[in-house]
Amino acid sequence: MESSQKNMVVQLRGIVKNFGKLEAVKKIDLDVEQGSLVTLLGPSGCGKTTILRMIAGLEHPTAGDIYIKGRLVNDIPIHRRNLGMIFQNYALFPHKSIFDNVAFGLKYRNVSKTDIKEKVRKALEMVRLPDVGDRYPSQLSGGQQQRIALARAIVIEPDVLLMDEPLSALDENLREDMRREIDNLQQMLGVTTIFVTHDQREALSMSDKIVVLNDGVLQQEGPPEDVYNIPTNRFVADFLGSSNFYPGRVMAKENGLYRIRLETGHEFLSNHPFNWNQGDKIELVIRAQKFYVYAENNAPDETLGNSFKGVIKDRSYMGGEVSYFIDLEGGLSIHVISIVNIRALKIGDRVAVDVSPRHCGLLPGQHSIAAS
Amino acid sequence: MFRITGWSLIRLFTIMIYVFMFLPIVVVIILSFDTQQFASFPMRGFTFKWYVELSQNESIIRAFKSSIMLGVLAALLSTSIAIPAAMAFVRYSFRWKNSLNTLLLAPIMVPEVVLGVSLLLFMRFLQQPKSFAMLLLGHVMLTLPYVLLIVQARMVSIQEVYEEAAKSLGAGPFHTFREVTFPLLLPAILAGMLFAFTISFDNITATLFWATAEHQTVPVRIFGMLRHSISPEINALGTVMIFFTIMIPLFAAFLIRYFGKKRI
Repeated sequence: MESSQKNMVVQLRGIVKNFGKLEAVKKIDLDVEQGSLVTLLGPSGCGKTTILRMIAGLEHPTAGDIYIKGRLVNDIPIHRRNLGMIFQNYALFPHKSIFDNVAFGLKYRNVSKTDIKEKVRKALEMVRLPDVGDRYPSQLSGGQQQRIALARAIVIEPDVLLMDEPLSALDENLREDMRREIDNLQQMLGVTTIFVTHDQREALSMSDKIVVLNDGVLQQEGPPEDVYNIPTNRFVADFLGSSNFYPGRVMAKENGLYRIRLETGHEFLSNHPFNWNQGDKIELVIRAQKFYVYAENNAPDETLGNSFKGVIKDRSYMGGEVSYFIDLEGGLSIHVISIVNIRALKIGDRVAVDVSPRHCGLLPGQHSIAAS
Repeated sequence: MFRITGWSLIRLFTIMIYVFMFLPIVVVIILSFDTQQFASFPMRGFTFKWYVELSQNESIIRAFKSSIMLGVLAALLSTSIAIPAAMAFVRYSFRWKNSLNTLLLAPIMVPEVVLGVSLLLFMRFLQQPKSFAMLLLGHVMLTLPYVLLIVQARMVSIQEVYEEAAKSLGAGPFHTFREVTFPLLLPAILAGMLFAFTISFDNITATLFWATAEHQTVPVRIFGMLRHSISPEINALGTVMIFFTIMIPLFAAFLIRYFGKKRI
């Protein structure tokens, strides 16, 4: 089995988890490389937390094997797996001082009293809260509590750090700071980390690898750029960012570009990296952020490749950006998210839109995939 | 001038309810200091005589000792049953869970006379004589439901993540209990024990059936004394009882407050 691969810290093979009749996780395979940060990303109920809890040993897989550092751990209870775990609500022991909280895991690891003191001091310094040892969790803010939780988990030098939506209980402003802190700490310590979140921005900004899950099924895995730019199915394309989907057909391949004709008759050029044949039914995917919008009289002469004219039907102003719904000539409706330059366009304005073939993704047409 | 409004009627009504509830108790306490043999108003004088006599009454002292021993043991026993029971009912799922839980709480609903007679008949069926052990078992039966309710309510409010966090850090099931679950349960455990003690200390109906001649509890003893005569000593004894049974729950409430403030 591949579990002999030295650089894989966590491996899942054919993991299935049923809760009664509900299939929460359906045959998942996963490899987590030494020192990497892997994000399990998906909507609530997609099975991501269940997978994390199975790796932790808090749930038992219905079928399949879990390896940590090459050791089959299916029957090893959680307290002998050498994990660090971070929970959504921090889960600091309310009746213990911060020092005792951080020292907790060391007590079960044959560490001498003086070493415990030293290690706790270092861990508290690492999370930049060196002076709170005597306090109690209720005396700290949410962000501080989460940093203590982090210190408590890393001080035991776990084989793998498991984080279950650690930022979701924090305020918006704090979340970004904490995210960077976790990211820096993870890189500094090089601790293998599995991070569960439903927030795509967290996932895209921190991960070495993103694993997108839906309905207990692994949808796509890969580096953030790949998953974002080259989604391999409709769920991933839709979940990460806002996308436009249009059914169509591959007409030809010319100069390395596919010519796509939509059912509405519009033609787009795409240089999608996969191999498609003439006549393939496809779905054209274009992210809302990838369109350029110009007032019609202000449009540049040169086109990126796919230029159309239309009228703004609706818009919503969102501060840094504006979301437009534009009807193109010939009856095609597109959703565009555009950075506000000087002034936002108004409803009824005639506009030109343009999008590069690089950003025209292709997915197999709906009819050609088995109904899921 | 004073106007009669709806609110002042409600106020008057409320005051009357309190008077109705507490006047008899206050009368007992006041009359326990009267000098007359047959205490009645108006009082003739003030004395501690009856308390002194009480403290010299061998049988009362003995009853006090058995009451306290019984209460303490019943509290300890029912708490040590209630803790694992509460953990099982709250943390695990198993067949018949709800039925078993209801069954453990059932003695609250059963009339005490029935409980008293049935335990007696059961012991007869087993051909066991009345004994202190049987009395203790009976009191555990009476107090367990209350302790279980208190501990279970607290258990529900302790999030499971604390235990999960302890386990993830390397603590086995025993250490997780000792280091996390037990300390977090402690306020409820103390409250439950004090509550159990008060219930046991106060009980008369069921205890009348179970008490043996050498292990009479204070309430049973008072009941016995009343059958012969109404002595002012009983007023003094009643006052002591009232003091005990009011102070203990107050102390429990204080403990809960004290621990509650610092934690969570």
